[in-house]
Amino acid sequence: MFLKDYIKDVYGAVRSVLKGMRMTGYYFTHHKEIITEQYPDNRETLKLAERFRGEVVLIHDEKNEHACTGCSACEIACPNGTIKIINKFDISPEGKKKKAIDTFVYHLELCTMCNLCIEACPTDAIKMAQTFEHSVFDRSKLTKKLNNEGSKLREGIE
Amino acid sequence: MLSLESTTRVIHEWLNQHFSPATALFTEFVLVGLSAITLFAFLGLSLVWMERKVAAVMQIRLGPNRVGPKGIFQTTADTLKLLMKEGLVPDGADKFLFNLAPFIVMIVAMLILAPIAFAKNLQIWDINIGVLYLSAISSLSVIGILMAGWASNNKYSLLGAMRSGAQIVSYELSAGLSVLSIVVMTGSLSIRDIILSQEDGWWIFKAHIPALISFVIFIIAVTAETNRAPFDMAEAESELTAGFHTEYSGMRFALFFLAEYINIFIVCAIGATIFFGGWMPLHIGHWQSFNHVMDYIPSSIWFLSKTLGLIFLIMWFRWTFPRLRIDQLLNLEWKYLLPISMFNLLLMTIVAITGWHF
Repeated sequence: MFLKDYIKDVYGAVRSVLKGMRMTGYYFTHHKEIITEQYPDNRETLKLAERFRGEVVLIHDEKNEHACTGCSACEIACPNGTIKIINKFDISPEGKKKKAIDTFVYHLELCTMCNLCIEACPTDAIKMAQTFEHSVFDRSKLTKKLNNEGSKLREGIE
Repeated sequence: MLSLESTTRVIHEWLNQHFSPATALFTEFVLVGLSAITLFAFLGLSLVWMERKVAAVMQIRLGPNRVGPKGIFQTTADTLKLLMKEGLVPDGADKFLFNLAPFIVMIVAMLILAPIAFAKNLQIWDINIGVLYLSAISSLSVIGILMAGWASNNKYSLLGAMRSGAQIVSYELSAGLSVLSIVVMTGSLSIRDIILSQEDGWWIFKAHIPALISFVIFIIAVTAETNRAPFDMAEAESELTAGFHTEYSGMRFALFFLAEYINIFIVCAIGATIFFGGWMPLHIGHWQSFNHVMDYIPSSIWFLSKTLGLIFLIMWFRWTFPRLRIDQLLNLEWKYLLPISMFNLLLMTIVAITGWHF
């Protein structure tokens, strides 16, 4: 009985080893497709994965409007203080005070691309962009203001 | 016809004509040493490049492709970088042993080169106990590794070295037994006799099933002995940073790296010699005309292509299999390879006595 199991073990091992080697052997003999990107050479045609996380951006539409209500959910969700939201109060024509963002501060140098802010956002105002060439000579350039100049909250988003 | 054999003979005769025999012998020593070192440097550079290319192709990548055409000068550039780097010696290290260890590993690799036949009648030292010499010297490299691990005064290094000791000592057994099974067929320990006995066919074909089993065991055991993945317990990048050479940098590190590839070449050369006839061309029994055609290919090319084929096989292992744990590694040796190789030796003896081979 023991001997039978032993031989079965050896047989199974040899079989699985050969199976693995057949796989890599197939790749070795069929060298056509290359799955890596030849990065600096193909900057124009570079294809990134859909879920690639480069940096956080605030989505603006063509009317320079965004969906950020200034609720600070992303700021709270961020584990290392990357985001700082500075709010202001607009006075509407009816004389009511309305909260809006003044500056959406984003510290790229602190960001770990963990995606928690995107998940926390109730209005899907921010997303991860596909840009990744972030190196600069001055560290202060990494502190970014995400909302465009003169942008405002889109109508109908509370 | 120009061959390595005639070249060496011409040099030998010229030296003996112009100098006293003692001077000629000394000059030959120096020449052999220089060509061994050149061979090592060349092997180190080309095998590292080959390994990286093989890995790349198996993983559907391109591999080194910047320095020179197809990246062939990449390894030269890497070596230049290592030469210029500072060789640090840690404060707590045993300085003497720390500096000695890489040289021990290299010297052991050089010593094994002696009885290997590179081409017809081209052998540095033809001793009648060649196989015994090979297995005795090849297990010495563990001393260098243990020395490096102990002298580094680092827990990772020591762990890596201890594992390597356990591994090399145990896999030496089944490597020895599988080589022994061919010695049983040949009846001689001399490398030259083993090659000449394969004149009418290589042992892997002539001694069929038992030879095949011992070849498989041999190739597994030497992969473990050279500390390569999937048996890279001594290096263990994922757990022990770099194992026994964690503390090494610069040229001392390069020596360890070089020794790894030299060892691969040497064990593959031994495997090619014992199972595939070394420089002996592919001969089939008494097919005179076929054998004659095969003889036109120079013997050094036969030797090199067989060795490179085995090196490719070992690289194929590395880029296919997941790493083993240390207990799995020792289980494989003591519970599977050793009993099977002992049984196989018995089988081979029966085959040899009854003459059931071709």
